[in-house]
Amino acid sequence: MHVGVISFPGSNGDHDALANLESDLGVTVRRVDYRETRLTGLDAVVLPGGFSYGDALRCGAIARFAPVMTELQRASVDGLPILGICNGFQVLCEAHLLPGALLRNKTLKFHCHWTHLRFENVSTPWTNNLEVGEVLRLPVAHGEGSYFIGADELAQLEGNGQVVARYSDAAGNVVEAVNGSVNSIAAVCNESGNVVGLMPHPERATNDLIGGADGLKMLKSLLQAEPVAV
Amino acid sequence: MSLYIVEAEIMPKRGVNDPQGESVLSGLKLLGFDRTSKVRVGKLIRFQVEAESADAAHAQATEMCDKLLANPVIEEYELKVAEA
Repeated sequence: MHVGVISFPGSNGDHDALANLESDLGVTVRRVDYRETRLTGLDAVVLPGGFSYGDALRCGAIARFAPVMTELQRASVDGLPILGICNGFQVLCEAHLLPGALLRNKTLKFHCHWTHLRFENVSTPWTNNLEVGEVLRLPVAHGEGSYFIGADELAQLEGNGQVVARYSDAAGNVVEAVNGSVNSIAAVCNESGNVVGLMPHPERATNDLIGGADGLKMLKSLLQAEPVAV
Repeated sequence: MSLYIVEAEIMPKRGVNDPQGESVLSGLKLLGFDRTSKVRVGKLIRFQVEAESADAAHAQATEMCDKLLANPVIEEYELKVAEA
């Protein structure tokens, strides 16, 4: 299993993802430069956290134009598993690979803490190792993670089962998101389910040594996912 | 071809949370401006563009806003076009 992690100028979660996917998930990783135009040989791609292009204009708005994104767009249609974490989620929304947008946190504060998520869609290549209603404890670190989508599109998203996870308490009761996300949404997927985005960081919770291993349980889904040739 | 100055005023859409606006409002109230309400914080992008006419400059700017300058999920915009 070969997983690519895209490094944009200003990404800072790329090394966390590369190191932990390799050592804890046990896959072969490859750092994909944003100027690359081929994703050949990769079984999955992660867009990491950080501040691509200094968050100029809007978070993720400029990264969408990086050369690698054209190929990513194409591969997404072929069904390649793609995971956007934090800034990666913002990039996928700006690139229209995922619906909605991420706004400034309701509190105007940068939120950096552990949180609980209740998973609802476990048929994606990034969540198939989980059960419906399963609660994971993952860290968040973002200033602009308030998920927003217009009322009609929200109804569509809910109806299609594209809400992958919501912020919850440890017992799995959905709670109001401290960042202000609509319907407490923490993670969404595209209609076919291969593209998933979330604000929390599963790649920073892959080992008890770093505070928790719930993220690894989520990422292990990838090992069971149907291979896709792109 | 003439040169036009375009101003794109980009604002959070109605119904989209604007915590920045709310914070500014509470600051204004603390300063005693207590008859103030409905503060919204947006952004203004100003640029020059060469075009055949003001209408053509407006059309170009509209495309720029739709494709990059504004995010239609959360923002709306108004354009002002003037000869440079």
